[in-house]
Amino acid sequence: MTASGWTVLWVALGGATGAVLRYVLDQRVQRATGSAFPWGTLTVNLVGSALLGLLTGWSLATGGTDTARALLGTGLAGALTTFSTFGYETVRLVTERAHAYAAANVVLTVLAGFGAAGGGLALALGVWS
Amino acid sequence: MDGMVGTHHRDVLLVIAAGGALGSLARYGLTLALPYPTGGFAGATLTANVVGCLLIGILTELLTRRAGAHRLVRPFLGIGVLGGFTTLSTYVLNTLDTAAAGRPVLAVVYAVGSVAASLAAVVAGTLVTRAVLRPRPGRDGGGERDAEEL
Repeated sequence: MTASGWTVLWVALGGATGAVLRYVLDQRVQRATGSAFPWGTLTVNLVGSALLGLLTGWSLATGGTDTARALLGTGLAGALTTFSTFGYETVRLVTERAHAYAAANVVLTVLAGFGAAGGGLALALGVWS
Repeated sequence: MDGMVGTHHRDVLLVIAAGGALGSLARYGLTLALPYPTGGFAGATLTANVVGCLLIGILTELLTRRAGAHRLVRPFLGIGVLGGFTTLSTYVLNTLDTAAAGRPVLAVVYAVGSVAASLAAVVAGTLVTRAVLRPRPGRDGGGERDAEEL
């Protein structure tokens, strides 16, 4: 198989795994909190952002591999995180007049997303550089 | 929790996996079509996120207004395909990269603009679908619904 053929396979495999992990984690977190606030989506988005931060730091420090970037980056971290569910849930909170929750969801997702990715990046650079 | 991998859930997990693979491949294809210039504007990720948000608005409104859809449609298209197509992690890393390349203003515009455009896309998808599905009195073929409205 060609290099691009393998890349397609790794992206598909990582994407399938990431989507299933997102569904299972989201359900467990949402059931555990029992809240109207979308903690489940926030959790998968932060875990996936931290993972991509780690992978990017490792790639910067060591050069990484195309396989790891396709499987764990584009595939797993890409599919584990979601913008569509985040966007939908935020709009739903607004229509349900839970304006504080909607605003908190946007601020928390974006700021904590940057924090998780930056933390993963710094950790990887510290370990591998 | 034990039912999570029970037989009645296995088909749900399978269609989510298949959808996640397809959505991720579509996103990967977009990054090939619109390559990310290091430190520049990540158009592919922005496009995936805005289009994915438009489609989740359309899909959810369709499933809400039209009863009788197969129970695997939402997990496959919503959780799998659109969840796999859109991404927060790449959005965050692209923004950090743009900021690190010495373009903080572009990074902030990208970060805030992506969220604003995506939320607007969800609303647009929902409202357009609602308008299209609304029964139109006086038109052919809408007799049953017209009667309901009257």
